[in-house]
This record gives sequence, structure tokens and C-alpha cells, in this order.
Amino acid sequence: MADASNVAFWQGNTALAHGALLAGCNFYGGYPITPSTEIAEVMAEELPRRGGKFIQMEDEIAGMASIIGASIAGAKSLTATSGPGFSLKQENLGLAYIAEVPIVVVNVMRGGPSTGLPTKTAQQDVMQARWGTHGDHATICYSPSSVQECYDLAIKAFNMAERFRQPVLILSDEVVGHMREKVVKKDAAAIEILNRARPTVKPEKFTPYEADPRTGVPPMASFGDGYSWHVTGLTTNDWGFPTNNPPEIEKKMLRLMNKVDRARGDIVEYESESMSGANVVVVAYGSVGRSALRAVRDARKKGIPAGFFRPITLWPFPGEELAKDALGAKVILVPELNCGQMVLEVERVIRGRSEVRGVNLVNGELFKPQEIVKVIEEVA
Amino acid sequence: MPNNEVLSWLRTRFMPHIWCPGCGHGIIMHSIIRALIALKKDKPNTVLASGIGCSSRMAGYINANTLHSTHGRSLAFSTGIKMFNPELTVIDVMGDGDCSAIGGNHFIHACRRNIDITAIVMNNNIYGMTGGQASPTTPVGAWATTAPWGVVDPAFDICKLAEGAGASYVARTTIANPKQAESFIVNGIKNKGFSVVEIVTHCHTQFGRKNNRRAPMDNYNFFKEASVPLTKAKTMTGEELAGKIVVGEFVDKSMPEYTEQYKKVIEKAQRG
Repeated sequence: MADASNVAFWQGNTALAHGALLAGCNFYGGYPITPSTEIAEVMAEELPRRGGKFIQMEDEIAGMASIIGASIAGAKSLTATSGPGFSLKQENLGLAYIAEVPIVVVNVMRGGPSTGLPTKTAQQDVMQARWGTHGDHATICYSPSSVQECYDLAIKAFNMAERFRQPVLILSDEVVGHMREKVVKKDAAAIEILNRARPTVKPEKFTPYEADPRTGVPPMASFGDGYSWHVTGLTTNDWGFPTNNPPEIEKKMLRLMNKVDRARGDIVEYESESMSGANVVVVAYGSVGRSALRAVRDARKKGIPAGFFRPITLWPFPGEELAKDALGAKVILVPELNCGQMVLEVERVIRGRSEVRGVNLVNGELFKPQEIVKVIEEVA
Repeated sequence: MPNNEVLSWLRTRFMPHIWCPGCGHGIIMHSIIRALIALKKDKPNTVLASGIGCSSRMAGYINANTLHSTHGRSLAFSTGIKMFNPELTVIDVMGDGDCSAIGGNHFIHACRRNIDITAIVMNNNIYGMTGGQASPTTPVGAWATTAPWGVVDPAFDICKLAEGAGASYVARTTIANPKQAESFIVNGIKNKGFSVVEIVTHCHTQFGRKNNRRAPMDNYNFFKEASVPLTKAKTMTGEELAGKIVVGEFVDKSMPEYTEQYKKVIEKAQRG
């Protein structure tokens, strides 16, 4: 139950920072950038109070590098950024994927490309989140649509990073990051906190990248806890040493993908409403999810059998779930604050069974519900 | 052959190493290991980070906690490591390109913070691994694959850069004086702050071959002849110092160290 002691009136960025702290985040490295900076500011104030560490690095690249270094030394680490900063972070993000370093990276999306619209909202980075760093990698990416969800998904992101020993992304946006709403805070004792699996063998028997066959994830030592091991961005064998041996290369690459793939059911999340028998389905995420839900409810009041489907994990995309729930829909609408990105993923999973139509807005504003209602009425 | 104690700091299963026969990097690695032994460092609490390039492959060969990171960024990684666990001895090895080109920003800010990390810059005046392209320390007029008509970009003096940016220990020597390299590394690690030890080495394969220092010994002899101790250099004119390598300890001063300062931040925050 919410009483005054566990309720806060926060903006999304503040809630996200507090969720991270509750999840055990004890290191933040970053660089100021609008509209994400409040996350760094909260962490700068709160981390030392808890014995944690905050460092403002010289640039976005260094912010990313510092949190990877801290995580290798045993930290639960976080960085937050926005468009141009997210681009700069891609290089070292790749190192965290291949070296299997748990970290959480937040991108509070603004309009792009380039400097674009620093103070305006957008959803133009959803494919960059999936494919931004070079090379194959399995992406786990959350999309909050409320301040409460910023808080809750920050906790979840840390747990998933620790469980799968890899980066987890949170793709917020300027509207969600800056709006203020009620948050019901959680009790640390009452939430599940996951910590990375640690090696149990003696240091001389430690094979740093030998995966637990049940999970595909290798237990991780920290620098300074008695083990001596090698971390590299090169493709390695189980010893963590660079390899050019084709079977070893393939083993590593497939394991990186499979450790996430095999647990897809534990990761994928979505919210839906009125999907049963829906003729028009609206698929929306992040801040647009709010406009879309209102639009679906308004359309139903007008007698249109509309349904609502909101992916909470953008990656892995809840495609099988959408395809099943939207079966029989005449039209699937995908409103998003870009020129058409997630609509491609929806088309891919729907495979022509329904008409899929993008609804795009790239003027820096959020959809008004009536704008989506109008399109629902047109296609119904 | 190195002695058994030195051997215990090497990951021999990782070898053969990638360095060309006669490369100076091995001399530097030996100096680093001897310094670690002299300081009685233990492997599980020693971190050696590196970036990308021939020099940075050293991280794989040293039996400690090692991080072979991304090009130029290693100081940002090791800053995260040291910041989170200040008990660790952190050494960061890098080449001239790593340090002064792609990693220049990280380098000056690590100097500015005076974080207790020892940076060992293996300066061979060229991008060796990629085949001999000009670096920010390639001398004006020298040949490089990306400067086939001779380099026109003035070179960086890495020690002056480090001093100007605020490092609390700055020294330079060459691979022709491995004992001095060892003692500068010892002093750098002992210094409670950011230390820069530039060790001038050679890439006879990519630089020497095209710049009249084809054999490893040509380079070794050049370093011996060109080295000028700092005390002597102070008596020489700029003209006399042209083409020389000034060796010695340029900076050795006590300054507030970053992780110590942050410890005070934590105390202040916890007092409320």
C-alpha cells in the first residue's frame, strides 16, 4: 500500500536514478547531456551518501569506459546519455558485449540526427539501440512509458545485466524523462536483486569464459578478488585469450547470442488491453504508449473494436506475442516519433496477415490521443 | 632467459608473442615486471590495462588482472577500475598513438585528476601494427606510409604534455637503458598520483626500415647517442638539443590524489 513515506513525486530521470540505487548501483560514470543530465545529478549526490562512487568523465566515450572498468572491478555500474552521446558510446558498448561485462546504459531520446533537438522528444534511436555497435550482439532494451516504470525498469535492467553478464539498455525519451508523476517506492527487502554468478573454483583452476552449461553465462570474477584473468575486446576462447581458430570463434559468437535467446521468455515484456477481437490494433511504446492507450479507449467508446499493445522490451521484441494476440486484426497501426522504425519489426512478425501502417510524427512533439483516434477511425 | 620470479609474471601459454624479433617492447615488459617484483606487488591485486596496438598486446602476456581495451581509451577504463577499487595497483601501458592521438583527451584528463595510475607510454614514433603510418610523435621530415613525402605535422613532446596537464610524476628514458626504465617505473608506481613514464623504443620494421635505422641495433645505438640527461640538457641551447632525447625525471611532486579526495567526498556526504 502506498502511504506518504513510500510515495514520491518525481520526474522520470530522478525515478530512474533511484531505481538504479535500489538495485544496488554503486558506480556512475558519465558526461552531461540534455535531456538525461538529471540522472547524473541525482547519482552525484546520492552515491557518495551510500559509499558508492560517481565520476564525471572527460567525454561520453570515457564515461562508457569507466563504467565497464568499474564493473570489471566488481561494481554495478550505470551511465546515462542522449542521442549524440549514445552514438559515442557505441564503440565501448561493443567491448562490454564481447567481454561480457554487466552494465546498464540509459538513452533519454531526443530528436536527431546529430545535435538535432536537444530539448524535444523523439524515438529515433530504437534501431541504433538494436544495431548501434558493430558486430552481432544480443540486445536487451527496455522502454519505460511512465515515471513508475522508469523506477521499476531500472531495477530490472540491473538484474538482467547481472544475470546475463552483458549490457542492458533503457531507452527512455524526453517526455518520460522530464514529466513528473507519482512513484510508489519499493522496499529493498521486498524486491528481488540478482547478482552476477561468481567463480567457485580455486584461482589456478579458473577458466574465465567457461560458461555454466545451464545458462550459457560464465561466472565472473572481479579484479582484486583473488583471481587473475584477462579481459579483451578480441574474440577469445574459454581462456579469454585471443583466438583465430574457427570452431572457437563460432562457439563464442553463438554463445553470446544463445545466452539471451534461450531465456527470451524471462525477458520479453509487454502490456496489452482489449486485444481480443480487436479490428484495429495500435502498437506503441514509451511516451507514445500513453497517447495510444488513451486513443484506443476513446475509439472503443465510439464503438470501434480497437486494441492496444505496448512492448516494454523493445529488444527482444515481443513479436510472437503480438502476432498471436493481433491475429484477425484488419489493421495494425504503429505510431512512433520517427519516420518508421519499429514498424519494420511489426511488419516482419505480422508477415502480411494484417495491414501494418506506420503513423509518424517528427516535429519534436508527442502525439495527442485525438491524432491517433483520427487514424483509427480512418482505417476501422 | 628471465629468472623464475620474472617467469611467474608471464603467461607463457599465451606465447609466442606477436612482437617482431628485436622489438623494444620486450625490454619494456621486462622492466615493468622487474619493477613489480622490486615493489613486492602481488598478481591478484595488480591490474595492467592497455589500449590497441603492438604495445597493448602486453596486457595479455602479463600474469595479473589484465584488460586489453579499445584504442586510446584504456586510461578511461583504468580510471573506472581504480576509482571503484583504490586498493589495486593500476598500470596502464599504451603506445604513442594510443596516448597522444586517439587517447589524447583521456590522457590529459587522467593527468589533471592526478589519479593513482602509472601510465607507461611506449613511444616508437609510428603506428607499427597497422603498417607504419605517421603518429603524433613521428618526427617532422620522417617517412611514413601516410606521409610518403615526409611528415609535416610537428610532433608532441609527451612529457611536456603530461607536465602541462598536471601529472605529479613524469619521466623519460629509452630502451637502451633498461635499468633506468625499471627505476623510473618503480618511482612512478610509488608516486601516489598520476605518473607518466615515457620509454622511447623503436619499430625497426615499420619506422627504422624507411628512416635509416633498419636493424634493431641501429636504433639501440641511436638511443644511446641521442640521449641527454636532464641536468646536461639544461645547459644546452634549443639548437643543440634538436634531434636529441632528453632523459630523466621531469616532475616528481606531491599533490592531492583523486581517489583520496573522493574518499573525503564520501565522508562529507555521509556526515550529511
